[in-house]
Amino acid sequence: MKSIEELKAIRDKTLKEMSIRDNEDKMRIVVGMATCGIAAGAKPVMSAFIDELNKRNITNVNVSMTGCIGICRLEPVAEVIDANGEKTTYVKLNPEKARRIVAEHIVNQRVVTEYTVGAAEK
Amino acid sequence: MKDLSLHIMDIVQNSIVAGADKISINLNVKGDPQILILEIQDNGKGMDEEFLREVTDPFKTSRTTRNVGLGIPLLAQSANMAGGELNIKSEPGKGTTIEARFNINHIDRIPLGDIPETIKMLIMANPNISWTIRFSSPNDNFVLDTDELKPHLDGVSIANSSVLGWIQNTIADGIKLVYGGVLDEVD
Repeated sequence: MKSIEELKAIRDKTLKEMSIRDNEDKMRIVVGMATCGIAAGAKPVMSAFIDELNKRNITNVNVSMTGCIGICRLEPVAEVIDANGEKTTYVKLNPEKARRIVAEHIVNQRVVTEYTVGAAEK
Repeated sequence: MKDLSLHIMDIVQNSIVAGADKISINLNVKGDPQILILEIQDNGKGMDEEFLREVTDPFKTSRTTRNVGLGIPLLAQSANMAGGELNIKSEPGKGTTIEARFNINHIDRIPLGDIPETIKMLIMANPNISWTIRFSSPNDNFVLDTDELKPHLDGVSIANSSVLGWIQNTIADGIKLVYGGVLDEVD
């Protein structure tokens, strides 16, 4: 069993690192996690987003989930919301695409146009 | 849904939409022949009798994007497939308890899936909700309560990735301790 002591050690380490990052603007990734999304594989997609961000030690991106946004046929869907509020909707995702979005959109600030809802609906 | 962890992810979204700030996810194994009981309890806005009667109907939903809702019907189907059943208790203003029963040894009983990961994601996306996770079996039991963890965190968010990693590992250990991997034998 993991002990509370271990948790306290994590807390102490985090407190030390926190102050520097707190003021940075947060980007957000929101994954559609309604029945339609889950059935289409939204969970492994969210898992890939989290894992890729952790691997790259990116802490100023918030990953969360939302309900159905009404385009079930294009699930799994995720929205990337930039620090300035600009929103990009990515559709028909899988874990590989999620990792590429982290690399290109989050890290290099370049929208992966071919995965966007605009490209899918052409 | 191919495993229980996906159903949990799905059904809990209903609790979140119902405005719950306390959600508990309980897994219990008991009886002979053994049954597995999944119970999800929330203090959300609840449902009135009329809505409750019709809630297992796929064409009943509170959402507005379209008039089909499959979360509860799919869980009912998974339970029925394994010779079990689904029960829902709800009271407006008080909350909802949804319980799915599965015969553990039924050939069509779905596996647990990655429950620690599901719970990690739920906490990550909803850090302000008080989560209680309980596992029990005749052998042992396990409880994780995020309200009990928060005082130890001293201002560090429960959604911090290292904290979430600890929670995920602790829950995985809890499942191993209580169920010994038996429930997940068929993947």
